[in-house]
Amino acid sequence: MNPQDLDPIGWAVVDDKARGVFRVHRRAFVDAQILELERARIFSRCWIYAAHASEVAEPGQYVARKVAGRELIVNRDRDGRLHVFFNTCTHRGALVCREAKGRARNFSCPYHGWTFADDGRLVHQPIPESYAPDCNSDGALNLREVPRFDEFCGFIFVNYDAQAIPLADYLADAGDYLRMASQHGAAGAGMEIVSGTQTYCAKANWKLLQENSADGYHADTTHASYMDYIKAREGSVLNLYSEKGFGRVRNLGRGHSVSESIWGTPWGRPCARAMPSFGAEIKAEMDAVFETMAARVGRERADFICHGDRNLLIFPNLVVNDVCALTIRTFYPSAPDYFEVNAWALAPRGESQTLRDLRLRNYLEFLGPGGFATPDDQEMLELCQRGYQAHAGVEWNDLSRGMATEDGPSPAKQDELQMRTFWRRWRDLLAGAAV
Amino acid sequence: MSERTVTRAEVEDFLYHEARLLDEWKLDDWVALFTEDGEYLIPPTDVPDGDPQRDLFLVYDDRHRLGERAKRLAKKSAHAEFPHSRTRHMISNVEVRQAGAAVQARCNFVVYRSKQGVNDIYPGHSLYELRAGADGSLRIRSKRAVLDVDTLRPQGKVSIIL
Ligand code: FES
Ligand SMILES: [Fe+2]
Repeated sequence: MNPQDLDPIGWAVVDDKARGVFRVHRRAFVDAQILELERARIFSRCWIYAAHASEVAEPGQYVARKVAGRELIVNRDRDGRLHVFFNTCTHRGALVCREAKGRARNFSCPYHGWTFADDGRLVHQPIPESYAPDCNSDGALNLREVPRFDEFCGFIFVNYDAQAIPLADYLADAGDYLRMASQHGAAGAGMEIVSGTQTYCAKANWKLLQENSADGYHADTTHASYMDYIKAREGSVLNLYSEKGFGRVRNLGRGHSVSESIWGTPWGRPCARAMPSFGAEIKAEMDAVFETMAARVGRERADFICHGDRNLLIFPNLVVNDVCALTIRTFYPSAPDYFEVNAWALAPRGESQTLRDLRLRNYLEFLGPGGFATPDDQEMLELCQRGYQAHAGVEWNDLSRGMATEDGPSPAKQDELQMRTFWRRWRDLLAGAAV
Repeated sequence: MSERTVTRAEVEDFLYHEARLLDEWKLDDWVALFTEDGEYLIPPTDVPDGDPQRDLFLVYDDRHRLGERAKRLAKKSAHAEFPHSRTRHMISNVEVRQAGAAVQARCNFVVYRSKQGVNDIYPGHSLYELRAGADGSLRIRSKRAVLDVDTLRPQGKVSIIL
């Protein structure tokens, strides 16, 4: 019997703690029906990251982008209120906003000229006398807001399900990690998205990127050439693995997880952990940033934020990697074997020019489609996807690593608890569980 | 470096030479084309005229990092380029402006990349700052390869040198 004949979804994940076995069926990566279910039961019901508050900080600012397959406008109206609209004309559907970002008091549809104010109200229809005078008395012709949106520490999320639980509940223990990502910098002035978007893709299933983004097991092989680069530049990568070095994975609830460490990775951090190659002046500036943060958020927390690294996975498709720089990465599948990625650098507002420059250089040595590491990650995902073409012959992925100790105090970063956390949630939601 | 007049034909020959080195994966020789303070940049697709100290680029290499980029790409562990893709750099529309030893050149490019059944196209234009040596040599002070695509889709990455 084929496993998929057993029941619609239960076949996809084997989760056997007694035997220490966790397996995912490879059909979950290639099947168009699975993708349809994911769209309906995950992407249409979970909270999905859409934009950062700094992108729409001032009245009149907007960004327009696709979020979980829907074209949206995120804007701040002239009275300073945040909105998230579906970017589609209520007349016959054309996109009313065609630029990725800017300032607008109105959104005017290019097709027949209906015009909407920045709070969504329909304010103009050409040749209005042919319409009933009360044609919009119920507001149904105004730009439509998404069913739910909310902001958490500057991260703006949307939800396409009006019945969704509150965002803060949804984030569970991941919320405090997002808060940490909003507390960087000496100025204490909040965070901003650096201009310049990395918009790329991979020919692979989207879940492979969620697995990869906090995979502590692949670094030494997938990123061997990056490690060589660091070794050559810094003399040794081992300096940083000091006695106080510590790393673990935490299940943060609701499918979210973090792979975190302190003094545990070989790269420098713009906030605020200097490498020998940064030089004494930058080290002094970083130490001063640390002291200011310690005064603001407490020494222990500042130590964790500045000297630690975090790969944060928020179910289903948000990654906030606070590593050699701080990056926001979100992605969405347009086919079982293809997903699109948007990635940004997040940085403290008011950061000095020296540290900003260092941040951007540091980001690009590892991250992004031109970095020394991300292209090799993409290659691995694509190699996996190609391997899954043989899913009828080789059916299962094994994600059992560290299963026996996953309920202990400090599951290792090299284990696969973060992936299991994702897959358990995926399995439950696809089977119809409430979000 | 003393001044001499650099012709467009000379710059074209230089750019063709660079293109050939890249297509033949002679990356150490490519690195040697740069001055000691050389840099190699690819701006983000949504801020093509950006500043690498202010905006998040795709590539922001100083001389050290572009040397390391070349070294890395020679390794089997640079997985995205193992086995090496086949590339073809096409150069056209070369324009040259000179002020003393500083020569500014621009050209259009199309780079074709083929690997394991996937064919990608990278169209764009490059802005060069070249240094003309009295001995007749040209070196690259800065190369800024501006991609004329608005997203890196479907290419996905820039694992080759443009
Ligand atoms: S579709 Fe927008 S005015 Fe007709
Ligand atoms: Fe990786």
